[in-house]
Amino acid sequence: MEELANLFHGFAVALQPYNIMLMIIGITLGVIIGVLPGLGGANGVAILLPLTFSMPPTSAIIMLSCIYWGALFGGAITSILFNIPGEPWSVATTFDGYPMAQQGKPGEALTAAFTSSFVGALFAVIMITLVAPLVAGFALRFGPAEKFAVYFLAFCSFVGLSKEPPFKTIAAMMMGFALAAVGLDSITGQLRLTFGVTELLNGFDFLIAVIGLFGIGEILLTMEEGLAFRGGNATINLRVVLQTWRELPSYWMTSLRSCLIGCWMGVTPAGATPASFMSYGIAKRLARRGNNFGRGEIEGVIAPETAAHAAGTSALLPMLSLGVPGSPTAAVLLGGLLIWGLQPGPMLFVEQKEFVWGLIASMYLGNLAGLVVVLTCVPIFAAILRVPFGIIAPLILVLCAIGAYSVHNSTFDVMLMLVFGVLGYLLKKCNYPLAPLVLAIVLGDKAEEAFRQSLLGSQGSLGVFFSNGLVSTIMALGLVALFWSAIQQGYSRLRTSMARGAPPAQSAPKSEGRISPH
Amino acid sequence: MTEQSGSESGPAHKTLEIGMALLIGAFGLVVIFGSLKAGINWGAEGPRAGFFPFYVGAIIVGASVINLWSARRDGDGRLFATWGQLRQVMSVVVPTAIYVGSMPFIGLYVASMVFIGWFMRWLGGYRWLTTIAVAIGMPVLTYLVFERWFLVPLPKGPFEEWLGL
Repeated sequence: MEELANLFHGFAVALQPYNIMLMIIGITLGVIIGVLPGLGGANGVAILLPLTFSMPPTSAIIMLSCIYWGALFGGAITSILFNIPGEPWSVATTFDGYPMAQQGKPGEALTAAFTSSFVGALFAVIMITLVAPLVAGFALRFGPAEKFAVYFLAFCSFVGLSKEPPFKTIAAMMMGFALAAVGLDSITGQLRLTFGVTELLNGFDFLIAVIGLFGIGEILLTMEEGLAFRGGNATINLRVVLQTWRELPSYWMTSLRSCLIGCWMGVTPAGATPASFMSYGIAKRLARRGNNFGRGEIEGVIAPETAAHAAGTSALLPMLSLGVPGSPTAAVLLGGLLIWGLQPGPMLFVEQKEFVWGLIASMYLGNLAGLVVVLTCVPIFAAILRVPFGIIAPLILVLCAIGAYSVHNSTFDVMLMLVFGVLGYLLKKCNYPLAPLVLAIVLGDKAEEAFRQSLLGSQGSLGVFFSNGLVSTIMALGLVALFWSAIQQGYSRLRTSMARGAPPAQSAPKSEGRISPH
Repeated sequence: MTEQSGSESGPAHKTLEIGMALLIGAFGLVVIFGSLKAGINWGAEGPRAGFFPFYVGAIIVGASVINLWSARRDGDGRLFATWGQLRQVMSVVVPTAIYVGSMPFIGLYVASMVFIGWFMRWLGGYRWLTTIAVAIGMPVLTYLVFERWFLVPLPKGPFEEWLGL
């Protein structure tokens, strides 16, 4: 009951005219970011983060989270109209969305995508409202060892669930930890890894890394492919919207399943991209018209969009209640919280009630505003795409430079951004995942602090990470996640050897839903 | 090392994979070296500053050795990118580096005008009129939005000083 009262109080905060204005601005900017290839949700939030430093934290997080919702919505527009996924999680939407648009049903596809996105997000927000206080209350019992165990679980999940080779994920992640360690050591106050370079005293800012790795890196990849935009017409009128809405309830099972997949993938930090692929793959297998998937089936749009939004939204749950973000964008938002002097984690629910519930309320309102904005403004956003890449690309690069500069008002950071950009391009081409690298830059200091404090308490014994039921369970889950692909391989080998003699045709095809976004 | 693939040629994917693994491994060694300088043993305040990064560096080196080993085994002869594609990428990287490098001296606005102008005119092949409109319009809009609206100061050079901005 207390939560309900808090939530209503949160609505009162979120419904202030200033915050509603920021919400609309955020959604619009977010959709533009989502529509433009080369600008992702994480990157867009990172570029615009410094602009919110002067705002009150609640208003700032409302605007930034709305940019995030907007980017989640925007990705679908390019996928459906142009077969260009603006975001990695929109790749699965192109499989059926683009054929639908080609068959003269872009309105239906877009309405289905936006509505599904809204349903997925709403499901996840309701879940956050009900579960977040419980998780936070539970997490209040956490000491340094438990905290480290949660970080351990988060990082191990990245290794286990990543589709990239595990040692590449580990190398990328550890590079993030190393970059996070540069500068002043927060425990001893000693300088480390600066090698006498004064600009490195403050260490590497994660925002610079994000803007470089994602923003510049993506532009370079796009340049390499010589991508040219092909414009198209998108009309959505009320009749199409209402007609599609009448059709959607018959796919309630797909929606519900995708919501659950999305929430699960968002809370365990796998993120929106694998959630959308997994949801699409399962829907294809279980749908009545599964064989028609890939040829313009509306269910093939509903499944990935619902799951991506449920995952993207629920990624904020571990960020708020445990201080562990479930997605790169959530990691950027977490960085923002730290900059505003807020400590994400269980205490946030006790000390910053107004902030937390204002944010949760804004999730409801922001997604509703997002649905209205995208349904009414599709033709305008489609027009942006008709601006050729030759104009858009330098503008994005200039925006990235402004974003990088405004973090510390330092031109050194802008140069660093370019270095990260080239590095991002090379890493992506060589199949090294970038998300764990960014996550490690954001969380490196905190994970290290928890690790060292635990060791300090136990006089250097690693046994502290298995000293009670709670920490042992989380560490064990982390180890399972770490070796998950090895466990899966071992299990399937065992099954094959047990079923030796059975015809090979019985095994399910493995290729579907595994297409890499890049 | 270059490889032929039909009419297109370019650096082999394998070469770049090996190069990347070596580069990351070298980064790991630098981290280990820096950690040793900061101290990796147990001090009065518990584990010293280099303790955590030392193991991180060691894991980077270990992972890179495995990545190097698997990169060397990779024999599918794929291209990393064609020379044409790389030229395309470099045509963005080099001007961006000049843009970024000139920013401390001539400020962000003038640098942006030249950069956008160059990009649109030589890479995009736009008419002078369109090019000039966007190249001047974007920095002006940037000034209004960032400096006036959001009160974020951006680097300025002699030109802005002359204008009294």
